Amino acid sequence: MNLSAKQKRSLWQDHFGITIAAGQYGVALAGNPNVGKSTIFNALTGLHQHTGNWPGKTVDNAQGGFQYQQKSFLMVDLPGTYSLLAHTVEEQIARDFLCFASPDVTVVVLDATCLERNLNLALQVFEITPNVIVCLNLMDEAQKKRLKIDVQSLERELGVPVVATAARQGEGLIELQEKILQVASGALPTNPRQILYSPEVEKAVEHLLPMVGSIANNTLSPRWLALRLLDGDRSFLDSLSSFLGVNSCWEGARCAQ
Amino acid sequence: MKGAERIDALADLSPGSVCQIVSLELSGLLRRRILDLGIVPGTLIRCIRRGPSGDPTAYLVRETLIALRSEDAAQISVRTLLNGEECI
Amino acid sequence: MCAMMPTRSLSEVWSEAEIVRRSYPNSFSDQMVADIYGNVEQITNNVLTKQGSKRYLFDQKLDDLVTSKRFGYPLMLLLLVIVFWITMAGANVPSRLLASGLFAFQDQLTLWFQWIGTPSWVHGVLVLGVYRTLAWVIAVMLPPMAIFFPLFTLLEDSGYLPRIAFNLDHIFKKAKACGKQSLTMCMGFGCNAAGVTACRIIDSPRERLIAILTNSFVPCNGRFPTLIVVSSIFIGGAVAPYTGLVNALVISGLILLGIATTLLISWLLSLTILKGEPSSLVLELPSYRRPQLGSVIYRSILDRTLFVLRRAVLIAAPAGGVIWILGNIYIGQQSLLTSLGQALNPFGQLFGLDGFILMAFILGLAANEIVLPILLMSYLSTGYLQDFTSLEGLRSVLVSNGWTWLTAINMMLFSLLHWPCSTTLLTTYKETGSKKWVLLSFLIPTMTGLSVIFIFTQCVRFLGLV
Ligand SMILES: Nc1nc2c(ncn2[C@@H]2O[C@H](COP(=O)(O)OP(=O)(O)O)[C@@H](O)[C@H]2O)c(=O)[nH]1
Ligand SMILES: [Mg+2]
Repeated sequence: MNLSAKQKRSLWQDHFGITIAAGQYGVALAGNPNVGKSTIFNALTGLHQHTGNWPGKTVDNAQGGFQYQQKSFLMVDLPGTYSLLAHTVEEQIARDFLCFASPDVTVVVLDATCLERNLNLALQVFEITPNVIVCLNLMDEAQKKRLKIDVQSLERELGVPVVATAARQGEGLIELQEKILQVASGALPTNPRQILYSPEVEKAVEHLLPMVGSIANNTLSPRWLALRLLDGDRSFLDSLSSFLGVNSCWEGARCAQ
Repeated sequence: MKGAERIDALADLSPGSVCQIVSLELSGLLRRRILDLGIVPGTLIRCIRRGPSGDPTAYLVRETLIALRSEDAAQISVRTLLNGEECI
Repeated sequence: MCAMMPTRSLSEVWSEAEIVRRSYPNSFSDQMVADIYGNVEQITNNVLTKQGSKRYLFDQKLDDLVTSKRFGYPLMLLLLVIVFWITMAGANVPSRLLASGLFAFQDQLTLWFQWIGTPSWVHGVLVLGVYRTLAWVIAVMLPPMAIFFPLFTLLEDSGYLPRIAFNLDHIFKKAKACGKQSLTMCMGFGCNAAGVTACRIIDSPRERLIAILTNSFVPCNGRFPTLIVVSSIFIGGAVAPYTGLVNALVISGLILLGIATTLLISWLLSLTILKGEPSSLVLELPSYRRPQLGSVIYRSILDRTLFVLRRAVLIAAPAGGVIWILGNIYIGQQSLLTSLGQALNPFGQLFGLDGFILMAFILGLAANEIVLPILLMSYLSTGYLQDFTSLEGLRSVLVSNGWTWLTAINMMLFSLLHWPCSTTLLTTYKETGSKKWVLLSFLIPTMTGLSVIFIFTQCVRFLGLV
């Protein structure tokens, strides 16, 4: 989104109750339930979010800051979600944050032991923001299950940095911070792989694209918006109009100046 | 993968057998939720175990165990793979 | 004005999209999900190699046991009893040591206050009120929490909890509720407010409300100490060599009663104000992970035990001061506290409790942790009993205030079944956004608890057992 820093701060405050300081990078932690997001969050911020091996411990946003290389970051631990097509309250929280708060970096945490289901979410995140890092967590568990993941090929396939971690043991977290800094500062360009849909879907998107452009008014990817309209997800429409309402007021204010 | 084929409901699968999803007759939230978990037409799914009283049942799909109630699993049609043991 | 524009064009585009959607024989969203998974499979084919491992076998074997027809339920019961047995057996000695240490320090404090020459009411409020209540809260709460939380965290980290939900789902289904409710109940063991928030994991709004309204039937950590102490004094103490085990059985029994009540009320709610068919269950059973002992202990002591203790202390300190003041302001012959207790007494007696107990529960609305300390403070504000650091001493305090085994059982039952604390009520309001549900979440457990102890008391009295 091309919001000014100030607009963004007030959006984060008003809609998500998150206070981000001027000059602080906003980092979102997204992922399926139970992949170690809160463990990573706690390790980096020194806070004490509830963790445990069952889905559904984190059902609300949590925020915490950390410093790396004299730069300040605000990390937001989101509730776990299987997809961005949200159904429940906590999934909606995660979706709205990723879609509308446009954090500087989104870290998608994946469970290395069930890659397919986790990549499903990652690819969906790729559709809404290019500033993504994939954190391949639970590498120790994957090793125990003798699953070999070629991290370099994965990085090539996905077009974003991939960091292998074992968060509970603290392995790979320095590298993760390094990548967060690089992506946040723009030093490391990313080019996330876009989902290729079947011809029928692509054709329908083509058809809707011209109409959608005016609504998205540079705040959302038009292609993504068209896809959601094809989904026919009502709850998303509600979020959309509430957030677009806010944004368009900003547009108006900018014009008036 | 080749073998005799039969269309069944997922709920009728007995523990240990493997099948392939054909279609979902579920609707609403549940349908979405199940799709999001990667249970889409073509996916291989293995019935793993029933709960202590016979319901719900745990299925292995895409490396994760997912428990479903029999009423819901009855609305998922599958193609049984008679020699699909090594597929999943 | 400017907010209107995009909304309108949005709805225009929406209806256009609807036409497109209708023109397609299948559902676009189904197709999209399938397409995404198609893309995903392409990626994993290129990056992932599976070499087969015994790990899967281990998970399977464990699940064979944990969810088996024969051992599934007994194992759950056994774990429940063992956790409480270890908790109570382990907490006994440290509790006593803490109590004697803290009360010895109280005498020291008194000497200092006398030495400085502070007025006696200052000493009263600060030492006999605030300090003594705090000493109680810490001695009674700290040891069991410091044992219970690590044990619970171990279970939590291992991956056992979702198996509980898996095993119990069919019972919840009969109550027309969701098996995931048992996960929210597990959260409730820590704190009911957290349990209420955790209800977000339940997809159907109807089942979520049921889970919210019944969460307080699980005793939170603020109520465990009350249950443990009362049981130790009146039940476990009576069977000397097996004290620990009997206490563990009593507490486990109470928890089972809480679970049974949860199921019954859930069922009644689904028959009346929250009608509807049970919807569904989609529950992920994550693979077992070996917990890290060090981090479990660190997290459970620092993040949970001390966190909970801090909250209790913050509420107990002022409450202790207030109780002392009430106990020492006299109107005529009687202190204000005594008058209050007496005013509530007839009502309390009807339910097999007494006025002070009711008052302690009412003040406990602020936090359940302070119920027992407040009660003891109320009893002690009149008499001067010396040795109240040991269970025997405590027992004599209670007995001299008219307690019988019936009072003890009622106290435990009402502690299990009564209104949620204020934090939980506030959370319920946040989650449901309606005062009606908050009111119900107050009334349902209260009415349940009052009915249970009323019927129980009247039966016992009718049979002449007390
Ligand atoms: N073995 C192992 N366990 C981990 C790792 N990261 C997290 N865990 C454990 O996985 C469980 C889920 O982690 P949590 O942070 O609560 O996941 P969240 O739901 O994504 O926030 C916890 O029991 C963690 O201790 C890891 O790298 N290796
Ligand atoms: Mg979490």
